[in-house]
Amino acid sequence: MSLLELANVSKEFDLGGSTRVYALDDVSLSVNAGETLAIIGESGSGKSTLGRLALRLIEPTRGSVRFEGTDVLALSAAELRKLRAKLQIIFQEPFESLNPRMRVADIIGEPLAIHRSKMSVQDRRARVARVIEQVGLTPDMAKRYPGELSGGQQQRVGIARAIVTEPSLIVLDEPTSSLDLSVRAQILQLLADLQAELGMGYLFISHDIHTVRYVSDRIAVMYRGRVVETGPSEQVFADPQHPYTQALLAAALPVDPDQQLPPARLVGDPLSPTQRAHGCVLYGRCPVGEDRCIQTEVRLVPVAVDHEVACVKPGASGG
Amino acid sequence: MSTLDALRRPRQQPAAPDGGGAGRRLLEVRGLTTRFDTPDGLVHAVNGVDFYVDRGEIVGVVGESGCGKSVTIRSILGLVRPPGRVVDGTAYFDGVDLLGLRGADLRRLRGKEIGFIAQNPFSALNPVMRIHRQFANIMAAHGVKSDGEARDRARAALADVGIAGPDRVLDGYAHQLSGGMAQRVVIAMAMLLNPAFVVADEPTTGLDLTVQRQILDLIRRLVREHGQSMLLVTHDLGVVAQYCDRVVVMYAGKVIEHGTVRQVLNDPRHPYTQALIRAIPRPGQPLVHLTGRLPDLVNYPAGCPFRARCPHAFEPCGHIVPDAVTMASGQTYWCHLRQEKEEVG
Repeated sequence: MSLLELANVSKEFDLGGSTRVYALDDVSLSVNAGETLAIIGESGSGKSTLGRLALRLIEPTRGSVRFEGTDVLALSAAELRKLRAKLQIIFQEPFESLNPRMRVADIIGEPLAIHRSKMSVQDRRARVARVIEQVGLTPDMAKRYPGELSGGQQQRVGIARAIVTEPSLIVLDEPTSSLDLSVRAQILQLLADLQAELGMGYLFISHDIHTVRYVSDRIAVMYRGRVVETGPSEQVFADPQHPYTQALLAAALPVDPDQQLPPARLVGDPLSPTQRAHGCVLYGRCPVGEDRCIQTEVRLVPVAVDHEVACVKPGASGG
Repeated sequence: MSTLDALRRPRQQPAAPDGGGAGRRLLEVRGLTTRFDTPDGLVHAVNGVDFYVDRGEIVGVVGESGCGKSVTIRSILGLVRPPGRVVDGTAYFDGVDLLGLRGADLRRLRGKEIGFIAQNPFSALNPVMRIHRQFANIMAAHGVKSDGEARDRARAALADVGIAGPDRVLDGYAHQLSGGMAQRVVIAMAMLLNPAFVVADEPTTGLDLTVQRQILDLIRRLVREHGQSMLLVTHDLGVVAQYCDRVVVMYAGKVIEHGTVRQVLNDPRHPYTQALIRAIPRPGQPLVHLTGRLPDLVNYPAGCPFRARCPHAFEPCGHIVPDAVTMASGQTYWCHLRQEKEEVG
């Protein structure tokens, strides 16, 4: 059984008048225990909306969200609170997600106070100390305030706070995007170590291809509110089938100066999010688009085991 | 080159080191030092930076946040505002020391001789002025008084950056443009007077990846077509690898290594450059990362600024600032750890 299962989820935001933002359009995906599903996409792809929806921080317009078999959308507020101990989130900006007036130990211990209210003060303190060590902070940092820590240390506090209640799934929303390269590597290593040790599932949201390739088991490529390609990471990276995935991979600049850069594939800018695409969402920017791409609904279809692509002629623009 | 000629002093003093003038070298920065006077103390943002740009080159300046790369180019362009000030150094541009120029002269030089592309296109565009008026103002400041001619040239400049319906853009406002379109407009403005030198400060950082690729391809094409030189500031080694000829690596307000992109990325000599390259996630390879953090720029450390995070630090690193080690290839780095065989001077 999947840990997290989103089925046919759509989310529209009403901006007043007749203006609507189509943030998510009929998205289905699942995350299993101990695995990392990476959601990759650019701004406006709907990837952050998806992460918030998985935790029911926002409600979908249509579709269902199940966590460990439970219908998350049917839960009462109290039941939902209980669930949050098992389902955590780590945000992009560590500093903005930490209360600047609380000490590190209190920030990390707060979820325990909420979710394990019967835990003794002594046990709680021991648990916090253990987690501080697990995320690679030193014990003396427990008494500090977030403002006294570096960006990397702040993100370690965010991670400690997320794992303190022993969740089975963590949504990571661009957890390393605001960090410098040398610090980013430390945090990715820590996340990998913690997953190996604790067996958590990760829903890892990112726009950074190098990072996604490094961390993920499976990948879902999003563009303008839809999943356009999904499959095992190695396979998608080795043999991308959707013209958007191909363009995205071609846009990641290799650090090796001797590696030839493939030609840029897409033209123009993405559609405005208030325009609802008929047919394929990439139509207009796609190098191989044709009339039928907007005359029919374009949905995910399997091209290999576990590998699905939403394109009328997958693989057509070359790998 | 009339603006420059007027500023160039009679040749009683060497115009620029290494020949300068009409030679190969377009920009030579020496000993650039910039400080910020803050309530917490004097911030040592840029500390004796040396580098150069030759004609026809695209030179990348790379480093992590706080390394001083943006302050360096802002110092050269006269864009550092109080409490910041340039306290030392020279920046010879085609024989003229930019750091010695008065504000009005420098402003004249920017635009005509030096084009600037900022990170955020929306901060570079006036939000309440139609785009065509902004183009006309730039041209009016440089002698194009006729509105008709200004419009023709603006249209051509927009066509050059791949904007299909230039009139629609010219008659509109900045907020009607997407990020990619706005950056194209800023690039067109920077290129308008065909400057010899273009400075771009993280020109694609806020843009989507697929759009970033389009913009970088565009900038490079224009620079090469017009025979310009460019200084491209970035934190992304992929941008350096694919779009630059040479690279300058900065750490804690100092240049710690420079050379051709191939030299520096394929054979990095400074332990920090090595760490930066190893920190890029690669599938199937363990991540190698740095511990520790940037030194305090107020209480700037003695010796090598990378010492506290360096896996190879030894006795002299703590109190002696390393001299430049220049290899036969020209690749230069600042580190006490020098292998005798590679060293020439």
